[in-house]
Amino acid sequence: MSRVHDMGGRYGDGTITPEPEDEVFHTDWHARALAVTLAAGSLGKWNIDVSRHARECLAPTDYARFSYYEKWISGLANLLVETGVVTREELSGQADPAPSPLADKKLTADQVAGVLAKGGPADRPSNTAPQFEVGDVVVTRKIAANTLVDGGHTRLPTYAAGARGRILRLHGTHVLPDSSAHRLGDAAEPLYAVVFPASELWSHPEHPHDEVVLDLWQSYLEPEA
Amino acid sequence: MPHDHSHDDPHALLPSDPALRVKALETLLTRKGLIDLAALDEIIDTYENRIGPRNGARVVARAWLDPAFRAALLEDATKVVSDLGFYGRQGEHMVAVENTETQHNIVVCTLCSCYPWPLLGIPPGWYKSDAYRARVVREPRKVLADFGVTLPSETAVRVWDSTAEVRYLVIPQRPAGTEGMDEEALMTLISRDSMIGTALASAP
Repeated sequence: MSRVHDMGGRYGDGTITPEPEDEVFHTDWHARALAVTLAAGSLGKWNIDVSRHARECLAPTDYARFSYYEKWISGLANLLVETGVVTREELSGQADPAPSPLADKKLTADQVAGVLAKGGPADRPSNTAPQFEVGDVVVTRKIAANTLVDGGHTRLPTYAAGARGRILRLHGTHVLPDSSAHRLGDAAEPLYAVVFPASELWSHPEHPHDEVVLDLWQSYLEPEA
Repeated sequence: MPHDHSHDDPHALLPSDPALRVKALETLLTRKGLIDLAALDEIIDTYENRIGPRNGARVVARAWLDPAFRAALLEDATKVVSDLGFYGRQGEHMVAVENTETQHNIVVCTLCSCYPWPLLGIPPGWYKSDAYRARVVREPRKVLADFGVTLPSETAVRVWDSTAEVRYLVIPQRPAGTEGMDEEALMTLISRDSMIGTALASAP
């Protein structure tokens, strides 16, 4: 995985253009991309962390040039081949599509409302006890890297690596993406909201009292030295 | 496992035009018996017409009107919004954060585009843009200026980067002059952007 997706704090991206609230999809194919991705996800061959990792694993040149839903579709195509759901030959049109043994898992129209309403909660029981309390000062990992898989998925942004913050809230125990994205198990552990003064993160914060909060897993954090 | 990718990536086998890429995948998965076109239509209709920011606006309006509801929402938003039927995919763990005279909240996901779907629907294009993801954590006030919002100097900004599966809903400040308005009337003042934190609630 490159860190191309990890863009918090990057310079040079220009202005932001607000848009009206009733414009849900800019074009029809955006809507189709979302729907195909959700429907394929319901086949149960990957979890949300695996699918995020698939998008982050796109070559940086592709990630940078693709629009949002192109990233989704391209990550999905890669995942479908990696999991054996489709073959390269089927994807390229060199082979006729063979019926899939997963067809009985196909999401049907009458199941959509129930599946969307059920969601996929990420909280799990854990044997790892909370190490920190609200108000404790913590320091994040100096390097925003996965410690289980070299170059693997992690949810610690680079801009917050090695920063000193304060525990604001304990969210309970949640699936660890660094493990889950690589199919190494849920490895649930305490998850905290940690608040950082903007001055800890940026050399020229806009305002002395501004702050940034990130949700960070316990293994991303160390006690204040 | 991570590995170096190249144009050998399976997605490179798809047509280059993005609309055709989607169509090709849709056709292939349909022919393999893995997706149902009626289910795709149902998903699209759900997010185009049924799940959207009016859900969040109802929650905020109710929080403005009912102190007990507001207290319960700030204590356990997941339970309160679930009881209203606003639960599901990308809204499994909700936290409500309240704007005050001294603190303004803004939500982002710098790593992808995490967003509270059951309360706000599908995120707008700008929320998913590189510019928003890159800039709002570092220069939230310049980003607010892009939306035409200027905060007083006594107001600090707290930016929430949704790095886990917890989704945040901003409760904007209730505008002056709204005494006596009911829930439906108040909802008209509460925009999607005001619940992300890039706008304020409108004056009546």
